[in-house]
Amino acid sequence: MADGAPGTRDPVAARTYVTQIDYSAFDTPGRGRGILDVVRYRYLLRLLIGKSTSLRYRNSVLGWFWSYVRPTVQFLVYYLVVGQILGMHDGVPLFPVYLFSGIVLINLFNEAFGAGTRSIVENRALVRKIYLPRELFPIAAVIGSFVHFLPQLAVLIIVSVLLGWMPSFASIGLILAGIAIVLAFILGISLFFSAVNVRFRDASNVVEIIRTIATWSSPVLYTWAMVEQVTRSVPWVFHLYMSNPITVAVELFHKAFWATLPQVQAEVLADDATKKAGLASVAWPEHFVWYLSAALGIILFSLVVGQFVFRRFERTFAQDL
Amino acid sequence: MSTLVETPPRIVVESVSKWFNKRSARSMKDAFINVIRRRPVRSQQFQALSGISFSIGEGESVAVMGLNGSGKSTTLKLVSGVLEPDEGRVLTRGRVAGLIEVGAGFHPDLTGRENVFLNAAILGMSEKETKARFDEIVAFSEIGDFIDQEVKHYSSGMFMRLAFSVAIHVELDVLLVDEVLSVGDAPFRAKCNEKLKELGQRGVTMMVVSHSVGQVKQLCTRGIVIRKGKIVFDGPIDDAVAALQAV
Repeated sequence: MADGAPGTRDPVAARTYVTQIDYSAFDTPGRGRGILDVVRYRYLLRLLIGKSTSLRYRNSVLGWFWSYVRPTVQFLVYYLVVGQILGMHDGVPLFPVYLFSGIVLINLFNEAFGAGTRSIVENRALVRKIYLPRELFPIAAVIGSFVHFLPQLAVLIIVSVLLGWMPSFASIGLILAGIAIVLAFILGISLFFSAVNVRFRDASNVVEIIRTIATWSSPVLYTWAMVEQVTRSVPWVFHLYMSNPITVAVELFHKAFWATLPQVQAEVLADDATKKAGLASVAWPEHFVWYLSAALGIILFSLVVGQFVFRRFERTFAQDL
Repeated sequence: MSTLVETPPRIVVESVSKWFNKRSARSMKDAFINVIRRRPVRSQQFQALSGISFSIGEGESVAVMGLNGSGKSTTLKLVSGVLEPDEGRVLTRGRVAGLIEVGAGFHPDLTGRENVFLNAAILGMSEKETKARFDEIVAFSEIGDFIDQEVKHYSSGMFMRLAFSVAIHVELDVLLVDEVLSVGDAPFRAKCNEKLKELGQRGVTMMVVSHSVGQVKQLCTRGIVIRKGKIVFDGPIDDAVAALQAV
């Protein structure tokens, strides 16, 4: 141990040694490239998603059956209360399809948002002991929830086909766009809330409130035309309402499924002919392109802020958990 | 030691300091009560490491020693990237993997096989590498047919053997070992030490945190003694052990 090699007791010698080396070959441990790192870790991401999906119904007798039962019960409740008791059934043709095509997206949002927010705290054993790009956990949670959305989507497609729905390039494009909008938005807000949740568990309560509101703040149990009528004197409220990314996605789904059904088209056209003010419209809302742009802006903002906050909080994850 | 000067070091730790918060209030209610009772409200800082510098060359195996709470594990966590230094910087070169509490990524409801794949991926192995080494991993762990059982049915010894076996078979340049070898029975411990020595001979750089003087002397050539967050000795392992016992 001489000549300033590492291992000498002389700190000055050690320091001169350190300054001689070329730093370009070195990494700083614990610094990833954020969401972009996921591409490099896609194999691990796949395993994490596989783990959560295969564990979800382990030790349950009915297993995946529950993925169908819960949305069905929820659908029946809304259908009976909103459709029959509150009378939406009379105002909106084929209201069950209208309801279902919106509620699947809301379910996706609620499920993925909750799972994403809990993801870091639930994986604390790993976060505290091994360095991984921590973005993997919220992303795996969101994609895992998406996997459980697929059976509901399948049911929606089957029901629509039975009612005469013909898939077209346009409708498939709308479906994919709607899903992409919801997932990107959830990813942004999940990054934000999962990071904040580590230090302030209050975040999970805020998330609960947002999830409660989500069901009612988009035209799922009612139509946007009803909101427009109520807000006629304050148009900006309606613009704000329609710029919600979830609302935009729900409308894309309505357009893709419900609005193209033959029975719906016939009934709405008949209403138009008799000048009866219908509750439902198969046309796009006015300024929909602007609402779509605003929603995309909100999504981009949520992703940027979410990633930024996540990286700030990430530095102390291991200490705070 | 001319080889060390030619190849850059694997780990560089430059005047690193780390503080932890000692929170005195956990909620607004706590803070309010502290104000009334005239107790400190803001969190207080506790310095875990102060101005630590060292670098570890390629193929070196270094023991980090010290009493409980001296900052050994914090040092290791800084090198692995789990914690970030508040001052100074830590740099590593090549693939770093830690045996920091092996089995952290194990899930009790998954089978041994699933856990092997998941943990190998967590430690940075690709699917191909894991498949190529799977039989070796299972053989080393001596688990046998239990590999397709859920891990929650394993005995604690079986669990640790499998977890250790996964970690030791990861293809890496720098291995961080934290107190793991206190698990398993004597024959398995001996086997693990053999394996670690073999890795050292293959040129894997090792950083070991251990209280076991015998093990440290077997595995390492250099020792760093930390006391109250400061390096008090850095040199040949036998002198380091002596320095530790003199403390």
